[in-house]
Amino acid sequence: MSGIGANAVAGRDLASESERGGFVVSALGSLGGAVNGFLEWFGSLGIFTWQVLRAGVTPPYEWRELVRQLDEVGSRSLPLVAMAGSAIGVIISLEARYSLSRFGAKSMFPATLVYSVIQVMGPIITGLIVSGRVGAGIGAELASMKVTEQIDAIEASAINPYRLLAATRILACILMLPLLTLVADASGLLTGWFAQMLVEPLSFHQFVEYGFQGATFNAFVPPTFKTAVYGLIIGTIACFQGMRTRGGAEGVGRAATNSVVLGSLFVILADVVLVKFILVAFP
Amino acid sequence: MATTYDIASKQSTAELGGPVPVVAVEELCKSFGSHRVLNGISLSVSRGETLAVLGRSGTGKSVLLRLIIGLEKPDSGSIRIHGEDIAGLTLDRMGAIRKKMGFLFQHAALYDSLTVAGNVAFPLEHHRREMSKGERDDRVEQLLAEVGMEGAQEKMPSDISGGMQKRVGLARALALEPEILLLDEPTAGLDPISSGEIDDLILKLQRERKMASIVVTHDLHSAKAISNRLALLDKGNVVIEGRFEDLQQSDIGFVKEFLK
Repeated sequence: MSGIGANAVAGRDLASESERGGFVVSALGSLGGAVNGFLEWFGSLGIFTWQVLRAGVTPPYEWRELVRQLDEVGSRSLPLVAMAGSAIGVIISLEARYSLSRFGAKSMFPATLVYSVIQVMGPIITGLIVSGRVGAGIGAELASMKVTEQIDAIEASAINPYRLLAATRILACILMLPLLTLVADASGLLTGWFAQMLVEPLSFHQFVEYGFQGATFNAFVPPTFKTAVYGLIIGTIACFQGMRTRGGAEGVGRAATNSVVLGSLFVILADVVLVKFILVAFP
Repeated sequence: MATTYDIASKQSTAELGGPVPVVAVEELCKSFGSHRVLNGISLSVSRGETLAVLGRSGTGKSVLLRLIIGLEKPDSGSIRIHGEDIAGLTLDRMGAIRKKMGFLFQHAALYDSLTVAGNVAFPLEHHRREMSKGERDDRVEQLLAEVGMEGAQEKMPSDISGGMQKRVGLARALALEPEILLLDEPTAGLDPISSGEIDDLILKLQRERKMASIVVTHDLHSAKAISNRLALLDKGNVVIEGRFEDLQQSDIGFVKEFLK
């Protein structure tokens, strides 16, 4: 009996060992698949970027489409960016006044607001807002064109879709992001100052004077123009996701979602690198 | 008499001084993953000739057209346009060849953000930049009249019927005065009257323009009406190629079943 019992226990041990082994193999397989998919995605993105770059620098240039995209990315994002910038200005104003008061540093308020908005919040908020509005728009538009064979029709008409559709949209994002950032910054500073003024009188002249005291080129220009890199990221990912879509309406939805999610994620990741780069390159 | 296609007979035609094919496809193979769509097919079409490619759904008819215009790349075999193998051509050279081709997509593939006039003008705006706006508008008007869509310039693609969309797609395909016309299911999804009108239109264009045309269809009636020759595909192979009468006289089981 005891021998049979021992065999049964040994059998169960072997079975659970085998199950554990199966689980490990399955987990490793899934991990391998995910890594493979990740590398494949990056490889395809690299090839896509090269094709767009090659098409974009060779004539004929699609000026008319570029102007249309500048309007689409720039003018139409402007109200949203201005509103988001304004909200951020008020939030920073409220938070900064409270925190600075606790440490008896209320006189630092203008500089805190100016530096917080221009160096940190303005660029990242603009990047995320544009990623949401423009990234989703480009991803969905190109995906819809892809699944209805409109991109094939462009190619069949001897027109390079990488030049007409992708290069123009990416360039528009690169050019418009810094300008939209300036709008977000200006809106944030104005509403921040206004929120402060409602509580404690501070003339706009004084606000600007104290806020920009000792300001240098390095303090404000690189953080504003780093958003051109955000534009490159947002435009490239949205065009890539849109133009590689498969699978009808579901594919279009997936392309729009992925454009926003991946665009926003890479904007935040890029910010980490860019902040460090700016601190080192523009001390 | 029915003739299954073989390279030797085509070479002998060329050797005998017959017309040099405008489009010549030789031993073309194409797979998607493990699914083999085209299995070494060979076809050719000369100037002024219309070849109808028939077959069941999913036999690679549309893939054949996409390969010819370079939207897909073949696994093996060659595609010659005016004697030039398109494999490995630069994008610019392929673009020059595509300008000689007109392609009507199965679902027309009109640009949904452009008006009817914008769709037809699209190739002209990109490849006839020397044209003034007035000249371009006149040309668009003329092309739309040619396909029976005069007065529809300002309509959006979503506001017109499927048959009308195909007509506009055809006008767009003709905009650059192509030497080769590729039509993917031009009558699919249309009622018999609209199908007949599209067939008549294709015949009229063929008479006037003498293009080399390949029409992919599973509409036997349409294929008989508009083509000089027919090729029947099955499982990625050409089962038979010849005139409609040749297909009717064939003893091949699949051909009989298809015609029935």
